[in-house]
Amino acid sequence: MPLISYREALNQAMTEEMERDDRVFIMGEEVAQYDGAYKVSQGMLKKFGARRVIDTPISEEGFTGIGIGAAMAGLRPVIEFMTFSFSLVAIDQIVNNAANMRYMSGGQFAVPIVFRGSSGMAGCLAATHSHRLEAWYAHIPGLTVMMPATPADAKGMLKSAIRSDDPVIFMEHEVLYPERGEVPAGEHLVPIGKADIKRPGSDVTLITYSRSLKTTLAAATQLADEGISAEVIDLRTIRPLDLDTLLHSVIKTHRAVIIEEDWPYCGVGAGIADRITQRVFDELDAPIRRVAAKDAPIPYNRALEDSMLPSVPRIVAAVHDVAYR
Amino acid sequence: MAQAQTEAKPVVNRTQALVWLRQMMLIRRFEERAEMLYQKGNKIGGFFHQYSGQEPVAVGSIGVLREDDYIITAYRDHGHALARGMSARAGMSELLGKVTGCSRGKGGSMHFFDVEKGFLGGHAIVGSHVPLATGVAFALKYRGEDRVCVCFFGEGAINQGSVHEALNMAALWKLPVIYIVENNLYAMGTSLERSTAVLDLRLRGATAYGIPGITINGNDIELMAKTTREAANRARGGEGPTFIEAQTYRYKGHSISDPGKYRLREELDRAMKNDPIMVYQNVLKQRGWIDDETTDKMRDEIKTEVEEAIAFAEHSEPPSLDQLYEDITVAPFIPQE
Repeated sequence: MPLISYREALNQAMTEEMERDDRVFIMGEEVAQYDGAYKVSQGMLKKFGARRVIDTPISEEGFTGIGIGAAMAGLRPVIEFMTFSFSLVAIDQIVNNAANMRYMSGGQFAVPIVFRGSSGMAGCLAATHSHRLEAWYAHIPGLTVMMPATPADAKGMLKSAIRSDDPVIFMEHEVLYPERGEVPAGEHLVPIGKADIKRPGSDVTLITYSRSLKTTLAAATQLADEGISAEVIDLRTIRPLDLDTLLHSVIKTHRAVIIEEDWPYCGVGAGIADRITQRVFDELDAPIRRVAAKDAPIPYNRALEDSMLPSVPRIVAAVHDVAYR
Repeated sequence: MAQAQTEAKPVVNRTQALVWLRQMMLIRRFEERAEMLYQKGNKIGGFFHQYSGQEPVAVGSIGVLREDDYIITAYRDHGHALARGMSARAGMSELLGKVTGCSRGKGGSMHFFDVEKGFLGGHAIVGSHVPLATGVAFALKYRGEDRVCVCFFGEGAINQGSVHEALNMAALWKLPVIYIVENNLYAMGTSLERSTAVLDLRLRGATAYGIPGITINGNDIELMAKTTREAANRARGGEGPTFIEAQTYRYKGHSISDPGKYRLREELDRAMKNDPIMVYQNVLKQRGWIDDETTDKMRDEIKTEVEEAIAFAEHSEPPSLDQLYEDITVAPFIPQE
C-alpha cells in the first residue's frame, strides 16, 4: 500500500469524490490560489478550476451559510475552516441551519455538507487558535462528528462524509497533517459510526480518538512492558457513538479509561462514561477514569501547553488507578 | 375611499390581477382567523408574527416568478407561503401543530416549508437565512441554470453581520439572488431611527457592495411586481443580485404578544386608511376589471376556504410521540441517550 501523509490522504479523498460527483465542490479561505492554509487542497484549483475550488473572503458565517444553502439546493459542499477555532464565528449557521433544517422542515430539506479543517493544540498557538470543539458539536442532534487519527482513516472517513446526506463536522488535527501511513489507493470507505480497535488487549479498555490515539498507543506499549494488556479503541466517529464496540470491550476488560484532548467538564468522555455506566455498570471493576486536557484556556508558553495535554505518564497513572496497581 | 396607486398603466392582465387580489385577501383572512384561534382556545402556541398590511410585497414579487424559482423568508412567513401557493390547509395545520402541516407539525408559525413550491422556509434567527439564499443562488449559477432565488427580510436584519457577508459574496460572484427588504419601520419595538446610523438602506445594502438598489412603495403591488420582474431578468441574464427596499407597514404588533406601545395610534390609523388591499380593489374597479359583486363573491369563497382549512386542521392528527426522532437525519438516527 502506498505510504502517504494524513494531509495527502485528505486531498486524495476530496479529489476522488470531486472526480466522481460534479455536485461536490470545496469552498473556504485560501483553499484555491494559496493551495490551502495547511496545503490540504494543494493542486486542486489547477485540477478542477475556479468553479469548484473557491476562495472566499474572511466571512466564516457568510460562507458557511452559503454552503448550507447550496446543499439545500442539491449540491454537496465541502466547507473548509482554516481551523475549527474559526467555526465559532459560524456556529449559528451550523447549529440553527445545518443541524435543524431537516427536522424543522418536516423532512423536506436535507443538508448534505461537510465542514472540515484543522483543530487542536499544535504548538504556541495560544487560546484563540487551539480549540477542540468536538463536544460542542457532538451535543447537537442532526450533526455527525468525525475525527480521524490516521492517514488511512482520514481518507476513508472523508470520502464517507462527503457521500453522507447529512451535515458532517469533520475535525482534523493540525499536528497530524505530516504523519505518514499506509493508505489504500482508490476506493476506500470507512463507515460512519464505526470505531476501530487499533490494538487488541484484555486487561483495560483505552478509548480515544484524533491525535490522542498516538499518545494512547505509546502508553499501551509501556503498559505491556509492565504486564498490562490494554485494548486501544479509536472512536473515529464521535457522534453517533459506536457504543456496541465499547461495551463489547468493557465486558471483556472490566476497566475503561477515556483519553481526549478537549476540556474535561461536559467533554466527550463525560458523555461516553455516562453511556457505558448506564449499560454495563455491573461489569466495571473500577470507576471509569478520564484523561482530558487541563481545565484552563490554552496557554502560549510551550511547557504550559504541553502540560495541558494527555500524556503517556497521565494515561499510565489512570490505568494504574483503575487496575488498583 | 382609499387612494389609488401611482402606477398609471397596468403591468398585468385582468386574470392575473384578480389572482393577486384574491391571494392578498386570503392571507389577510387566514391570519385574522388564526389570531382568533390563538387568542381563544389556545389552539396555536409559541411566537406568531402577522403579515397584515404587508401583503402586496409578497404577492406582487412572488407573482412574477417562475415555478422553478426559489423563495426564502424570515419568521413572518405566512404571507409568502400562501403567495407561493401553499394551501391554507397545510398552513393552518402547521399552526395547530398537526402532522398534516407544511412542516409536519415540527416547525410552527415561524418555520413554514414547502419543497414542492421551492419555498425554502421561514427562518427565525434574524438575518441567518440571507446567506442561505445566497448559497441557493450559488447552486443555481454552479449548475448553469437561469433560475433565481428571492430572499425576503425585514429592515432590522440590515444590522446583522451575516447579511453583509452574504451581500458581499453575492455581488462578488454575481449570483442570481434578489434581496427584498421589507421596511415596516420597526425591528420588533425598535424603530429604524433608533437602530440604524444610516437610514437609507440602499447605501448599506446595495451601494456598499456595488449592487443595484431601488427603494419603492412596497404596498403598490404592481410596482412590486414590475421591479421584481426586472430584477429577475437581470439575475437570469447573469448580471447578479438586486437589492429592493420595499417600504411597507405592519398593522399588528411584532408578534401576537406585542401591544405596539412604541408607535402612535395615529400612525397606524393613517396606514390602515391606505390599506393596500382596499387600494388595489379600487384600482381594479377604476380599470373596470371588477365590481362589488366580484369582491363579495371572492370574499365569500375565501371565507369558506379558510373555514374549511381550520376544520381540516382541527380534524388532523397530531404527530405521534415516536415521531420525535423522525426526520432528524437522512441516515437512520441513533439517539445518543
